[in-house]
This record gives sequence, C-alpha cells and structure tokens, in this order.
Amino acid sequence: MLDTQSILQALAPELWLAASGLILVLVGAIVGERFNSLSYKVGALVLFGAAALSAIHLQGGEAFNGLVKTTTFTNFTKVISFTLAGVAVFVSEGFLKRHGISRYEYPLLMVLGSLGMGITLSSNDLMTLYMGIETLSLSSYVLAAFHRDSARSSEAGLKYFVLGALASGMLLYGASLVYGFTGTTSFDGLTLAGESVGAMFGMVLMIVGLAFKISAAPMHVWTPDVYEGAPTPVVAFFASAPKFASLVVFANVMFTLFGSVIHQWQLIVAIVAGLSMIVGSLGGLTQTNIKRLLAYSSIANVGYALVAVAAGQALGAPALLTFSTIYVVSSLGLFAGVLAMRRRGGMVESIQELGGLARRQPVFAIAMTVLVLSVAGLPPFGGFFGKYEVLRAGVDADLVPLAIVLVIASVVSLGYYLRLLKVMWFDEPKEAFERVDVSVLGTVIACAVVAGVVFMIFIGELGTGGWASYAAAGLAP
Amino acid sequence: MGGFPILTAMTFLPLIGALLIVLVRAATAGSRAAADDGRQNRAILMASLIISAATFVLSVAAFLSFDASQPGYQLVEQHAWYGPISYKLGIDGLSISLILLTTFLTPICLLASWNSIDTRVTEYVVAFLVLETFMIGVFTALDLVLFYIFFEAGLIPMFLIIGIWGGKDRIYASFKFFLYTLIGSLLLLVAAIYMIQAAGSADFEVLEQYAFDPGIQTWLWLAFLASFAVKLPMWPVHTWLPDAHVQAPTAGSVVLAGVLLKMGGYGMLRFSLPMFPDASAYFQPMMFALAVVAIIYTSLVAWRQTDMKKLIAYSSVAHMGFVTLGIFAFNETGIQGAILQMLSHGLISGALFLIVGVVYDRMHTREIAAYGGLVGRMPIYAGFFMLFTMANVGLPGTSGFVGEILTMVGGFQAATWAAFGAAFGVIFSAVYMLTLYRRTVFGEITNPHLEDIKDMNRIEWVCIAPLAALTILFGIAPNLIFAVTSGATARIIALMAGGQ
Repeated sequence: MLDTQSILQALAPELWLAASGLILVLVGAIVGERFNSLSYKVGALVLFGAAALSAIHLQGGEAFNGLVKTTTFTNFTKVISFTLAGVAVFVSEGFLKRHGISRYEYPLLMVLGSLGMGITLSSNDLMTLYMGIETLSLSSYVLAAFHRDSARSSEAGLKYFVLGALASGMLLYGASLVYGFTGTTSFDGLTLAGESVGAMFGMVLMIVGLAFKISAAPMHVWTPDVYEGAPTPVVAFFASAPKFASLVVFANVMFTLFGSVIHQWQLIVAIVAGLSMIVGSLGGLTQTNIKRLLAYSSIANVGYALVAVAAGQALGAPALLTFSTIYVVSSLGLFAGVLAMRRRGGMVESIQELGGLARRQPVFAIAMTVLVLSVAGLPPFGGFFGKYEVLRAGVDADLVPLAIVLVIASVVSLGYYLRLLKVMWFDEPKEAFERVDVSVLGTVIACAVVAGVVFMIFIGELGTGGWASYAAAGLAP
Repeated sequence: MGGFPILTAMTFLPLIGALLIVLVRAATAGSRAAADDGRQNRAILMASLIISAATFVLSVAAFLSFDASQPGYQLVEQHAWYGPISYKLGIDGLSISLILLTTFLTPICLLASWNSIDTRVTEYVVAFLVLETFMIGVFTALDLVLFYIFFEAGLIPMFLIIGIWGGKDRIYASFKFFLYTLIGSLLLLVAAIYMIQAAGSADFEVLEQYAFDPGIQTWLWLAFLASFAVKLPMWPVHTWLPDAHVQAPTAGSVVLAGVLLKMGGYGMLRFSLPMFPDASAYFQPMMFALAVVAIIYTSLVAWRQTDMKKLIAYSSVAHMGFVTLGIFAFNETGIQGAILQMLSHGLISGALFLIVGVVYDRMHTREIAAYGGLVGRMPIYAGFFMLFTMANVGLPGTSGFVGEILTMVGGFQAATWAAFGAAFGVIFSAVYMLTLYRRTVFGEITNPHLEDIKDMNRIEWVCIAPLAALTILFGIAPNLIFAVTSGATARIIALMAGGQ
C-alpha cells in the first residue's frame, strides 16, 4: 500500500526534482530557444528548493517497502549537495553563452543529475543504489560532452562514458554476487548476512565500482582528462555536489550495508585512501594546467575523506561530513575562479596565466589564496578543521600509519598549492583578465568567505559535536 | 582591568588594523590611482606604525596587570569553541616577556621599512600586521589546537614577505622555509591529536597535569621536537634559516630572528618539559650533544661566510644552541638563562640585521669584501655596530653575556662536558664577529663607492637606539627579567618534578 505521507517524508526532494525536471523538458520543448536564458535561474531555484525540502524533512523516513530510506546523514548531504549544484548552475550561464552552447538542456541535466544523487543517497537497496548512480552518471557523461563542437569536450565525455560504464558494470557484478550469496538486495537484510567468500568478492567489486565514481586511486585515471576536457562550469559541478554525494554514498554503503564486516574492508579502504593521497599529491606536482592540477588535488582530498571512512562509522561519519562539506565548498570556489580566467575572449587554463594576479585584481587574488590554503588544509582557514577532523578520526581508530601518510601527502601536495600562490603573488603581472561576471566573482568570494572564515568561526556548530554529529547520528548504530 | 578581554584585544588588534588598511585602500584605489604614490605609501606605513604601537601599548598594559609573584596563567579568557578545543588565552612570565619582545620589535620592523620598501606597500604592512597577530597568538594561546593554528598560520605571511620582497633567490628560500617548517608542525599536529584524545582536553593546564605513559611520551616528545627543532632551529635541520635570512628583506630577517625562532624555545619550555618530563630526561644527553654540535659547528661555518646576513644567520643557530643547552639543563639557572638568552638574542640579532640593512640600503650588496673602512665615513654606525658585535660575542655588560653564562652554568650543573663544549662557542663567536667587524668597519677604503656613503639617518637611529639601550639595560640589570620569569620557571621545574 502506498502511504503518501511516508513517501513524502522520505523522498520529497527527489519527487520535486523529478517533477520539476519533467516540467522543464516540456516548457523547453514548447517555448524553445527563448527559454534558454531563463532556464538557468529556474534550474538553480529548483535545486535550492530541493535543498530546502531536504532541510525540512531532515529526519527522513522509509518508503516503498524499504527500497528507500533517508536519514539525517543522507539528508544533511542532500542539503549541501543540492545547494552547491544550484550555485554551479548559477555560475554556468556566462561561460556557456560565450561559447554559444547555452541551452536549456544544461540546467535540466544538472537537475536530473541531482535527482540521481538524491536517489543514490536515499537508497536502501542494491537496485535503488544502482538506479540512482546510473541516473547521475548518464547525466554527467552528457554534461562532460556538452561542448559538442569541441574535440576536447567530446573526448572527455567519451572517456568518462566508457570508463564509467566499465565501473558501473563492476558495481553491478559485485551487487549481483552479493545478492547471489545472501539472497537479498535490501541493505537491512544484508547487514545480517554472514561472511561468505562470494559475498566478500562482491563487496570488493562494489568498492571498485564506487571508488571509480569518487575518483579514488587506482580508479582515478579518468579524472584529470575529464576535468581538463569538460567545460569548466561542468567541472565545477563535478568537483562539488556529486563529489560530496558520492563520498557519502560510499560511506553509507560501507557503514550500513557492510557495517558488520568492517574488519574485511577496513584495510582495503585504507589502502585506497593511502594510494589516493600519494597519487594525488605527487601527480599534481608537474601539472601546468590548472584544471588538471585541481583534479589531482581532488584525488588527494578524496584520499583524506576515505581515511575517515576507514576509521569506521562512529568516528568517521562526522569527520567525513565535516571534511567533505568544507572541501567541496572550497573546490567549487576554486573552479569558479578558473571560470574567471579569461583573456581576449578565450579561456586560459595554464597556471602561468595567473601571473601577478595579486597586483591586477587583489580581491580576486586574496579570495583564491584563501581557497587554495583552505583546500591545502592550512590553518587558520576552514580546510584545516576538516583535515583535523579526519586526522583525529584516523588517530582515534588506531590508523596512525595512515595518519602519517596523510601528513606527508599534505606536505607534498603543498608543493603545488604553494606554486599557485607563488604565481599569483610573486610573479610579474601578465595583462589583466577580462571583466569577470559578477556572479562568478561573487561565487568565488562567497565560497572563500564561507570556507575560509565562516567554517573556522562556527566549526563548533558544523563539526563534531555540532551538525555533523547530529547528521551522523542518523545512521543505524 | 575588569572584564575587558585585553589579551584578545592585544592579539587581534593588528589583524583588525590590517583589515582596515585593506578596506581603506580598496575604497580609495579608484579615486587616487594616479595620485602621489610615495605619499600614499608613507601614509599606509604610518597607519601600520600607529596600529603596532597601539598593540605595544596594550601589551604593556597587559604586563602591568600581570602579577609576577604569582605562578601560573593569568588574565585567562576562555570560551567554548569546538569539542574539546576551547578559545583560551592567558599569560605567564615566560609568555608575557616574549609578547613584549614581539610587540616591541614589530613597530621597529615597520619603521625600518620606511625607505627600503617602495613596492606593494599595502600588502607589505598587511602581511606584517597579520604576522604580528599570529606571533602574539602563539604566546597567548593556552589551548593546544589554538596554539597550533597560530603557530602554523604565521608561515603564510612570512612566506609572502620572503617571496615578494626578498632577494634574488627568494622563491627558493620561501618554499624551503615553508615546507621545512610545515613538515615538522604537521607531526606536532598528529601528536597533539593523540594527546587530546588521551587527556580529553586540549587545555594546557589539563595536559600539564596529565601523566602520559613514558613509552608514549617518547614518541610525542619526538613529534614535538620535529616542529620545535626546525623552528629554533637546531643542527642539523637549520639549513632553511640561512637561505631565508639572506633572501628576506631586512625587516623580515629581524622578525624571523627576533621572534619566530623563539617559538621553538617557547614550545620546548611550554610542552616538552612540563608535559613529557620522562622523555625530556631520557633525551637530555642527545639534546646536549645536538646543542654542542650546533654551537661549535655553526660557529665555524659562520666564520667562513662571505655574506654578512648569512654570517649572522649561522651565528643565530649557534646562539640558539645555548638556549637548548639551558632549557635541557632542567634547573632554574639554565632555564632562566635560556629565556634571557632568547630575549637578548631577539634584540641583538634583530639589531645586527638592521645594521646590515643600513649599509645594504646604501650599497645593495651584503658581501663582506665590498666593505672596509666604514669607520671613517660612518662613525656613529661603527659605534652601534661595535656595541652589537660585542653583545653578540657575549661581552660582560651586555645581555648576551648574561644569557650565555647562565645557560653554561646551568648546563655545567647538569653535564660538565656539555658546558665545556659550549664554551668553545664563546671563543668562536668572538672570532667570527670580530673578523666581520674588522673587515667591514676598519681598514682602508678599497671600494670607491664607499667614498661618499652617509652615516645613519634619523629613522635608522630611532630603530637601533632602543635596541642598544635595552641590550645594555638587561646586561647590567638582568634581574628585571628574572623577576618576571622566575614564577614561570619555578612552575616548569615543579611540573617536571611532579611527573617524574
């Protein structure tokens, strides 16, 4: 029997996104090109609305006989992810217009991708999980190739699609093995299942598939290429909302589905975390393209987040939420900053092009500096507290070697973060960037203020003991 | 002072001032873009001078409301912040003396930049003021994580100061400075997290009372050492210092030698000794050995330098060796001597860098060989240079003497051989300092550019004279300092004894 009340309680934001998405398609099809410009504002509003709905139904609930189950843990993530997705839509318009690819499908795809994020986060069943991931992934593949006249963008989309399909296959194969050996696809039933070899095999394959989605090493190789090729606003989206959602999904699967067999996967996740940190910190050192550099930075940061996952639910869940929230806000700001790098009508992406930014546009440079330092995890900015949380979770869970790797990776990766600062502050100025869209510059500054200062002062409210703990408490113990 | 949070005000006044300068500058940027650049720069520098002078006044006010006869932390301000971490500030005799050093040197640094910095002045003074906030914060923080935040955040403005206004190889030097210091402090962070987990609080007073397991203490102590040894710096992790000093602008060198190095010694006194007494005792011989090596080896290295700033940088490492020696003597004489040595070195090395800066601004070279015969053209300069040379050698009557003799006496009581080794440093310091002095100040003028070099101007006078006065004052009446620091010293020793 369908219980409307409980369905709404559990799935209100997704229903809203699905309905809005369908209406957007219809309106777009009827109104046509004239809708293009308006569609960004509508899309952003739809996403902010979804965030508000998630906040209203923060407690979540269960629906469809346990196919979906939302908790404060996932709803907290939804609030942040949908908000960031809305901001990503908001900053995209100028870029797409200039490249003549401004179409109403773009915000629509972001809305649908966000719907996928929502479903994945709400999933309490292997089938729902797969469905959500595919909705998100398929939207992402199209978004990556959205600049279809550009060879780079098409290449990025194709690469993403081929490798993503492989990863989805792994995930599906793993899921079917788990189902085969336990006899159920529901997360609730599975938590009770024993440790048969087949099920563990399935678990490992699922980790592989999910690791691809969060771009953790050694399943990270697509990341720099896709980040470099895809249109920059799309990358701003990838690096923020879906990144956060996927990380939490990964954690959710490990904590709820495989929570009882942590001794089986802790080492795997720890190794994946360590590898990601090493690859991300070393790989970025030689990059000259800022998008590739930030791609490696994101791989390293995923590694840090996985340290929290490896620490287990009780210690890791709040740390993961704190770290990821701060990181994705900074990351969105950084990519918005890349959006602002325009000269003589064209985008520039080489790090050298930032030369002397501090003298040409001091406010922009200061905001970028705060964001870079926040992502690097240097005090006093917000990013430090994220890293502190993760380190604490790692040390408390007796993962001291992993904590040491984290420390070393932080120092190594500082090599490239400092290089960004060096170019911005020490080098001689290049000719000035073109006038930046107010929306883009505003986003950069807002992200810098939020990630750098707001999260620092109100870390007590956000982090352990605050919202993150409250959200993590939604997970079944 | 009632409920007025004087420590918070003192700590954050420079930061607020820096923000104000940025705002005013941003507001006026459009209207006066082409206006008189030089006049605007002077105005900005003047504003920063007023802010840092006000900070100094606040720190003196804090000192006056501080009761030196009471051990323990005073003027404590505490607010809950984040889990076991709180925003807790407070001072004792050790920290207030280093705070006064900081607030005293910062205006001098800004004044010394009056004529030597003419590019990007806004950024320069902002970086200095932000740095001042972080430096004061390090000494006022009574919470481990808060301490760490100030400790590490200070790297960023210093990185910019070296990297933007530095010399030819400034980028190499700034990266080396940053990465060296960072790896040490991140290890400190891991240890700090472990301690907070074990003790359930990040509060210094709780951690001081908490008895860590001796086996664990060893690791924690080493992690803290990694940070403080780089900062102090101790041989063999001192190599970032000469590069940073040589490349930094004059004022950057002054604040680096004057304050930033002291954070290492402060950290040892605040953490290593009271919190890990067993490990400190265990590692005492190693620390003595490293101190003696530092004193002898870097003194010899200093002797062979051809660059004036590099010479003083190596001499700093040697003098910090005395600080290590004094701290790890674990007795009152040694620790008092170490604190005094830190303060005195802050004054003397700061002054020496200013003195190098005086001729560098005129000649744009730091090569010793380019000078000679300055005494004929710059008699006042030669006089000041002589005073600080003697102070650096440790001539009785200067504060340098008191620091060195006390640390050696303290070291002698703990381990004769250490004091014996350190004594060589006194001889060698005379060798390299007098060599430097003779080659730059005495002799015939060989470099024709020196013929019409001018003596110190009024600004340089104002910068250096107070340092000279204090150097002599503390040399004659070191009890002025001991009266302030004795409570803190006794407390450290008592905490060590309590732990063992």
